[in-house]
Amino acid sequence: MPSQKEIRSRISSTISTQQITKAMKLVSATKLRKASDAIVRMRPYAEKLKGIMANLQDSIEDPQLAVYFQTREVKNVLLVVITSDRGLCGAFNSNVIKRTRQILTEKYAEQSKSGNVTLLCIGKKGAEFMRKLKYNVDATYMQTLTVLDAEKAFELGEHVLQSFRNGTYDQVEVVFNQFKNAATQILTNEVILPVTPQVKSVDAKKVMVNDYLFEPNKVQILQDLIPRSVKTQIYRAMLDSLASEHGARMVAMDKATENAGELLFSLRLAYNQARQAAITREISEIVGGVAALEG
Amino acid sequence: MKVEILTPDKTLFSGDADVVTVPGINGSLQILENHAPMIANLKKGSLSIKSKDGKQQFDVTGGLVEVLKNNVIVLV
Repeated sequence: MPSQKEIRSRISSTISTQQITKAMKLVSATKLRKASDAIVRMRPYAEKLKGIMANLQDSIEDPQLAVYFQTREVKNVLLVVITSDRGLCGAFNSNVIKRTRQILTEKYAEQSKSGNVTLLCIGKKGAEFMRKLKYNVDATYMQTLTVLDAEKAFELGEHVLQSFRNGTYDQVEVVFNQFKNAATQILTNEVILPVTPQVKSVDAKKVMVNDYLFEPNKVQILQDLIPRSVKTQIYRAMLDSLASEHGARMVAMDKATENAGELLFSLRLAYNQARQAAITREISEIVGGVAALEG
Repeated sequence: MKVEILTPDKTLFSGDADVVTVPGINGSLQILENHAPMIANLKKGSLSIKSKDGKQQFDVTGGLVEVLKNNVIVLV
């Protein structure tokens, strides 16, 4: 049985750990609120973009726009892997990494073998891990998440679009955690380039097509609109990932605080037992001593 | 008419206006009350909104404008 002193020091270290996890939970909760506000703020923009896109659907097959829709033979692949900069958020990062490796070994096995897959890692954790595994890592935009705003995300988007247009990559896919609510993230991987035209069937009929004037013309508007929507998609994925990260951390820290509480309970029990045992031993020693004197 | 300027980060402006001037890709466009439905590309330039409360200016680096039933929505 450990001594009282040992147990006492374990109790005090558990208490301080619990205080830290509790504080981290509160910090994550605040950051989560901020991050989900950002998602809400970008929603009208994304929806309007989608609305305009729906209105222009009939011109989507114009040859001038083919560069975005054409499926080329997939030789070079870019995987955008969005993780977090910091750890202590449960399985958040390892889920993304696991999915990425799965994609690499299954979907892009051939390209991966010949070294034609580049991982554009956003977030320190993923970048470090993938680098350790000797994958082809492009870490130019690793720090984008530290202070995330649309401008930075669009810059990254422009870079991705540029390298898709000039043929550096034939397919671009994003792996990230989609934000559902604070406790749930949906691990998602989406092909963002080439663009898959939106489902034209039922939805297209519902959207009221107005007689718009187009200035200068439909195709030119789409030439601006499609890259914009791809960039918005990337930005959205980053915002989602950020909110998911804080949600995951909040849950992980909540669990940790709870576990620390349980540990404290059993430690205190052990401490009291040890204390009681010591008292009992002392009493019996005294009684024994008295008996020896009297005898 | 109602005007909204949206960026991915936030809503830059939202309110009533009498005249909106936007930098169209082929020259400046002025949008007044009851303008026909229109979707237009914008280029880099400044966008101005004139309302009862005065005139406001925003610098944009390109974008889109949609006009529909006295609702002007600018995406920058």
